[in-house]
Amino acid sequence: MNVCRQYLSRFISACLVSGGILSVLGCNPQNTEHQQPNGIIYCSEGNPASFNPQLDTSGTTVDVSSHQIYDRLLDFDLITGEIVPGLASSWSTSSDGLTYTFQLRKDIAFHSTAYFTPSRSFDADDVVFSFNRWRDENHPYHEVSGGRYPYINSVGLDDLIGSIERINRYRVKVTLVRPESSFLANLATDFSIILSAEYAKQLQAVGTPELIDTQPIGTGPFKFNSFRQDRFVRFDAHTEYWRERSTTEQLIFDITPSSSLRLAKLMTGECDAMAFPTHSQLDVIRKRKELILDEKPGLNVGFWAFNTSKPPFDNPQVRRALALAIDKNAILEAIYFGSAIPAASIIPPSSWAFQPDSRNTSFNPIEAAKLLRENGVEEGFSMTIWAMPVERAYNPNAMKMAELMQRYLRDVGIDANIISYEWSTFRARLNQGSHDSVLIGWSADNGDPDNFFRPLLTCAAIDSGTNRARWCSKEYDTLIDKALTYTDQEDRAYFYSKAIELISQEMPLMPIAHAFRYQAYRDDVTGIEINPYGGIQFRNVSKP
Amino acid sequence: MLKIMLRHISLLILTLFILSFFSFSLAYLFPGDPLVNLTGIRGSSEQTYALLAQQYAMNDSLFSQYWHYINHLFTGNWGLSFSSGLPLAEEISRSLAASVELSAYALVISFVIGLPLGFLSGLRHHKFIDYSLLSASVIGYSIPVFWAALIAILVFSVQLGWFPLSGRISLLYDIPYDTGFILIDILLSDVPDKEFAFQDALRHLVLPSMSIAIVTSTIVLRITRRSVVEVMNSEYIQAAYARGLSPRQVFVRHGIKNALIPILPLLVMQFTTLLTNAMIVETIFSWPGIGNGLIQAIYQRDFPAIRAGMLAVSALVLTFTITSDMVIQIFDPARRRPEDATS
Repeated sequence: MNVCRQYLSRFISACLVSGGILSVLGCNPQNTEHQQPNGIIYCSEGNPASFNPQLDTSGTTVDVSSHQIYDRLLDFDLITGEIVPGLASSWSTSSDGLTYTFQLRKDIAFHSTAYFTPSRSFDADDVVFSFNRWRDENHPYHEVSGGRYPYINSVGLDDLIGSIERINRYRVKVTLVRPESSFLANLATDFSIILSAEYAKQLQAVGTPELIDTQPIGTGPFKFNSFRQDRFVRFDAHTEYWRERSTTEQLIFDITPSSSLRLAKLMTGECDAMAFPTHSQLDVIRKRKELILDEKPGLNVGFWAFNTSKPPFDNPQVRRALALAIDKNAILEAIYFGSAIPAASIIPPSSWAFQPDSRNTSFNPIEAAKLLRENGVEEGFSMTIWAMPVERAYNPNAMKMAELMQRYLRDVGIDANIISYEWSTFRARLNQGSHDSVLIGWSADNGDPDNFFRPLLTCAAIDSGTNRARWCSKEYDTLIDKALTYTDQEDRAYFYSKAIELISQEMPLMPIAHAFRYQAYRDDVTGIEINPYGGIQFRNVSKP
Repeated sequence: MLKIMLRHISLLILTLFILSFFSFSLAYLFPGDPLVNLTGIRGSSEQTYALLAQQYAMNDSLFSQYWHYINHLFTGNWGLSFSSGLPLAEEISRSLAASVELSAYALVISFVIGLPLGFLSGLRHHKFIDYSLLSASVIGYSIPVFWAALIAILVFSVQLGWFPLSGRISLLYDIPYDTGFILIDILLSDVPDKEFAFQDALRHLVLPSMSIAIVTSTIVLRITRRSVVEVMNSEYIQAAYARGLSPRQVFVRHGIKNALIPILPLLVMQFTTLLTNAMIVETIFSWPGIGNGLIQAIYQRDFPAIRAGMLAVSALVLTFTITSDMVIQIFDPARRRPEDATS
C-alpha cells in the first residue's frame, strides 16, 4: 500500500503542478495588462438603435455614434459653452440674420474601411447631402431607415432652412426662412452630423442605401469596425484624423446593461470607463483609489408637472398650493444624496439665461392647505402622481420621490396614488394626457436656453409630446418666439426672464432639481471630459 | 453490435422527432400570431405578411406546416431573432459552441481534480483522509453553482483582482470566429500577440470553469471512491495479493483498470449535468453561450430565439446521451441486456 500511496502522491503533485502552471498563466494581471493591445474599453449601458444620431435621440445611440464617427460644422466648447469651428473653419451671417455662409476646412479625410475607400476629401457636397437628407422630403435618402429625424423635427430645423447651396467646393450658403438665433447652436448639437455623399452614392448604385446608417462612414476620430448585439461595438482609430487625437488604436463599447456589473468591470480593469454610475455607487467609486469620479453641474432639470388641461389642476392657485406642500430640500437629500442643487426655475445655473433671483417656492403646508380649501379642493381629494420607471440623471428614483411626496400631500389632506408603467407604455400614456401629475425631467441637447423653454412648455410641444404639463399660454409662446429673433444675448435674456416670471406665477410645473453629471474611469486614463451638451467624446482619451 | 446501433439510432430519431414536434407546437402555444412567433418579423406590411404566410404554408394543413418547419430546420432557416434581427442558426451555433467549450474544459478540470482524489479516498477507506475528502465533497456538492460563481467573482475578481469576471477574452483582442472554441480560434488566427491572447483567454476561463467543476469534481470523486473500494475489496485483488504481488503491482495491474471501467460511463453522463450548470454560470460571467442567450431571449420575449435555443440544447443533450450510451454498450459487454450479450 505504501507504493500505492507514493504513486498517488506523485500523480497528485503532477496535477497540482499543472494547476499551478495554469494559475501562473492567469494570476499575473500586471504582466498581461502591459502586453495587451492598445485600446480603450468603455462599458456602455445598451445597444445603439442606429449609427446615425440624426435618426435617434436616445443617449445610447448618440454616445456611440455622434462624436466617435462623425464631425459637425460647428462644435461647443466643453468648458465655456461657446460655439467654436468644427468642419467649418469660419462663418458669416448676413445683416438680416437670414443667410449664413460657411467656409469649410480643406483636406479632411473620410474613413477608409473594409467596405469603403474614399476617393476625395470632405467638401461642400457632403454638407449639402447631409442637410438635404433630413430637410428635403424628395431627397433619395430621406425615406431610408424610416424617414424620421426626431431632434431636427422637434426643433423645427427642417422648416427653418429655406435653401442650402454649394457656392464652391469649400463654401456653403444656408438661407433661412426667418431669422432664428438658435440656428448655429442647433448646428453644433450631436445630431447635425456630416455624412459622406460619395459613400451614399456608392451605396445607392449597388442598391443598399440603408447601410449608410449601419455601416457608417464619417470624418470623426474613430472608424467603425464591427457591432455585435448585446456584446460590443468596435472602432479603430482614424489615423488621418484632422484634429489632434489620442494615441489609442482601438475604442470598444462593451455593452453591459447592469450598472453593478459595469462598476465591477471598472474595478477589475476590464473597462477603462463606465456609463452612468448610479447615485448609490458614487461613494464606492470615491473610496477606490484606482478610480476617478468627475462631477459637473448638468444641463438638466427634474420637475413635477401638473396636467393643466384637467381640473382642478387648470387652476394656478391649486398648482401653487401643491408646490407649497412639498419640502424640496428633504426630497433632494433623500433622492439625490447631495448630488443635485435645488431648482428655482427650469433653467440650470450653468446656462446664461439663468436668473439668480428667480422666485422659489418655500415649504409651507399650512399655507398650502389654506389655498387648497379656498380653491375648492376638499380634504380627502384624490389625485395621481405618475413616476418614471427608469433612472435618469435628473431624477434617479422617481418612485421613491413619489412616495415621499405622497406623505407630504397627505398632510394637506390629499390622497395621492402612485402610477408607473413600463417606460415605453409610460411615455405613450403620458402623451394621451391621462395623468394628473408626473415626475419627469429634461436634459439639454445644446447650450441654448431655447432648448429648455420651447420643448417643455410651448403650445406646439403638447403635440410633439414633450410638454408634460400640457400648458398652453399665448403670452409665453410670444416671449419665447421673440427671444429667438434677437441675436444679442442680453436682449434674449430679457425675454427669458419674463418667461421665467410667467412660469413661477402660473406654476405649470414645480422645478425640483438640477442634478450633477458624473463620469467614472480608471486613474490611468486621461482626457475624459464630461460633455454637458450631450454625448461622450473619446477623441482625446489615452491610456499608457 | 448492429442491433445495438440500430436500436439507438431509431431511438434517437424518434425522440428528435417528438422534440421537433414539441418545438413546432410552441409557435402556437406562445401568445400572439403564430407566423410572427415563427418568423420573428414584426410590423411587416400586408404584402410581406402574405408572402411569409405562403413561405411557411400557414394557410395549409398543420401537417404541411410541420413539414415546412422541418424543411426550414434542415436548410438552416431557423428564423430571425426578435431583438437582434439576425439569423438564429448562426447565432445559436456560435453560442452553443461557447457553452460546449466551457463544459468541456470544466469536465477536464473535474477529472483532473476528482479522479486522483477519488482514488486516494478509496485506497484510504475509512481513514482520516477519506473522511476529510468525503466531508469536503459533501460541502462542494451542496454549494449552489451560482453562489459559488458569485463568491469566486467577489474574492478572486473584485477583491484580489486576479481574474476577469466577464466574457471569454478581453475585447481588445479581435479574434476571428472559426471553430467557436476560443483557444483553438486563437491558435488558428493570425493576430499579433497570439501568446498573450491565449493567456488572456485562459485567465477568462479559470473562474467560470472552476465554478462548474466544483460540483462535478465532487461527483467524480464519490463515484471513483466507491468503485475503488469495491474493486480493492474484490476477490481477484485478494487473490493477486495471495499470489505474492506487491501492492503497487496489484494496484497498477488490476486496480486502476478495473476501478475505471465501471465509472467511465457514469462520468460521461455527467456531461449533461455539466452543460446545465454551465448555462447558469454563463449568465453570471457574461459568457456568450447558449444559457446566457436563452436568458436574454426570455427577458426580451424573443420567442423564435427561445424555441430554436431550446431545440438546439435538447437535441444536443439527447444526441450526446444516446450516442454515449450506445458507445458504452458496444465497448462494455457487461452493460448489454442478456439478449444482446448472447447475440
